[in-house]
Amino acid sequence: MNEIDLHKVGVRGINSHLHNLPKNTNEKHWIIHNPMGQHSIACGIDAPLQIDIRGHVGFYCGGMNKDAELTIHGHAGVGTAENMMSGVVWVKGNSSESAGATGNGGLLVIDGDASSRCGISMKGIDIVVGGSVGHMSAFMAQRGNLVVCGDAGDALGDSIYEARLYVKGKVASLGADCIEKEMHAEHLADLERLLKAAKRKEKPSEFRRYGSARKLYNFSVDHADAY
Amino acid sequence: MCGIVGLYLKNPKLKPKLGKMFKPMIIEMTNRGPDSAGVAIYRNPVKKAQTKFSLAHDDANYDWKKIDVGLERALKCDCTVKKIGNHCILVTNAKEPAVVSWLKAHHPGVRVVGSGHTIEIFKEVGLPANVYDKFDLDEAAGTHIIGHTRMATESAVTTAGSHPFATGADLCLVHNGSLSNHNRLRENLRKEGMDFQTENDTEVAAAYMTWKLRGGATLKEALEDGLRDLDGFYTFLVGTADGFAVVRDPIACKHAVMAETDDWVAMATEYRAIAHLPGADNARIWEPEPTIVYTWGGHA
Repeated sequence: MNEIDLHKVGVRGINSHLHNLPKNTNEKHWIIHNPMGQHSIACGIDAPLQIDIRGHVGFYCGGMNKDAELTIHGHAGVGTAENMMSGVVWVKGNSSESAGATGNGGLLVIDGDASSRCGISMKGIDIVVGGSVGHMSAFMAQRGNLVVCGDAGDALGDSIYEARLYVKGKVASLGADCIEKEMHAEHLADLERLLKAAKRKEKPSEFRRYGSARKLYNFSVDHADAY
Repeated sequence: MCGIVGLYLKNPKLKPKLGKMFKPMIIEMTNRGPDSAGVAIYRNPVKKAQTKFSLAHDDANYDWKKIDVGLERALKCDCTVKKIGNHCILVTNAKEPAVVSWLKAHHPGVRVVGSGHTIEIFKEVGLPANVYDKFDLDEAAGTHIIGHTRMATESAVTTAGSHPFATGADLCLVHNGSLSNHNRLRENLRKEGMDFQTENDTEVAAAYMTWKLRGGATLKEALEDGLRDLDGFYTFLVGTADGFAVVRDPIACKHAVMAETDDWVAMATEYRAIAHLPGADNARIWEPEPTIVYTWGGHA
C-alpha cells in the first residue's frame, strides 16, 4: 500500500506520479490523503490501480479513467468520472452536477444523490445512483445504463438516443423524445447485474424503464414542434 | 466566474473566530474572482433606536469627522464614526432616510454601501487577500459573514461595482452568474423610484429585492418572485440579520455547494473553499436544488 499526501505534493504531483507508473506495476494500491476539494484529482489514469481518496474532492475527479478502481470517501464535485473509458469510480457521498458526463465505459456508482445533468451525453458508461438525480439527467444520452434508486428530476432523458434509463422512484417529468418502455427479461438481467455490482439491495422488478421514442433522430418537419 | 462564500455559526463559542475561519474560504476563491472582493459581516448590533451605516469613499484619507460633525449639527442627532480602510462605520440615532439624503446633498462622493442594525459591508477592487487585510477582517468576531470574489463580465471593475450589494436593512446580496434583462429591469425600477450607482447587473437584482421587500414581501417571496422576473443564470447568496439564504435559477448551471456540521453551515461556489473549515471532513455536503430557497437563522 502506498500513501500520498495531496497537501504536500499537490494535484499535479499526485497525477504525474500515478501516470508514470508502468501498467504492470506491483504498486497497485494507492491512498490519497487531504484532497481538500481540489479539482482533477486522479484524472487520466491508464493502469489497473486501486485508488482510495480519503475525503471530499472537487471537479472532474477520475475523469478519463481507464482500468483503475477509484473510491472517493466523501463528496464529489462537478463532472466526476467525466469521459470515463473503463474501470470503476465509486462515490461514497453525494455528487454535484454532471456526474459521468460523456462517459464511454466503466461503472460509476454514487451511493448518495447525484444532482442535475447526471450522465449527460453518456456514451456507454453504466451509472448506478443510490439516491436521486436532478433535472436534465441523461440529456442526449447515447449508450449505456443509468440506474436511479431514488427519484429523477425534471426532463429526464431529454433528446435521448439509445441509453437505457431505470428509475425506482418518481420521475418529475420526461424530456423531449423520452418515453417509458416495457421491461423485458434482458433488461431485468442487466439491472440485476448492475445493482449487484453497485452492492444495492433493490430488486430489478421495483424499477421502471425509460428510453428513446426515436422520433428526433432525423429532422422531420412533422415533428418540428418537438425540437 | 466569480466566487461566493458564506459562513453561519451555529455554535456561539466560535463567534470570536469568524474572521479567521472565513479568511481561507474567500482566499481559496481568488482564481474565480481576482478583480475585486467584498464581505458583509454581521457583528456588534446597535441599539434599537440607532442605525449603523457602512460608508465608502474613493479617497482612502477622506476625513470622516466631517460627516460626524456635519450630521450632528444638521440633524441634531448623536453620531459616532469609525474609519476602517477607505470605509467608515457610522452609528447614529437619526432616521435613515434623513441621513441618506443629507449625505447625498452635502457629500456626494460618499457611498452608502449598507445599513441596518448589525450588518457591515466592506468591498474594494483587488485580490481577496489584500481586501481582507485592508479591512482588518482577520480578527473580526461575529455571527455570520458572506463574501464575494468578482471576475467582472457585465460592467467595469470598480469598488462601486463590487459585491455585496445592500438590499435593505441588514440585507445584502452576492451573485455568481449574469443577468440578461438587467437594462430593461433597471429602467422599470427607476420608474418605481429606485436609485442606481452603477451599470452592474447585480445591483439591479439587489434593487429588485429592495423594491419587493419595501412592498411588503418576505425575503422568501422576494426571492421566489425573482425567479420569475430575473432572466439569466445565477446563484444568489443573501445575508440577513440572523442568517443567510441561497437560491439558484431554474437551470442551475452556476455552481453551488453547501455543507453543514453541528457547529456551522457554509455555502460556496466550490467545495474547496469550505474544505478549510474545522470539521469539514465529516460535514454533510450537498448541492442545492434549483429554485428552492434555502434559509438559515430563522429569517424569511
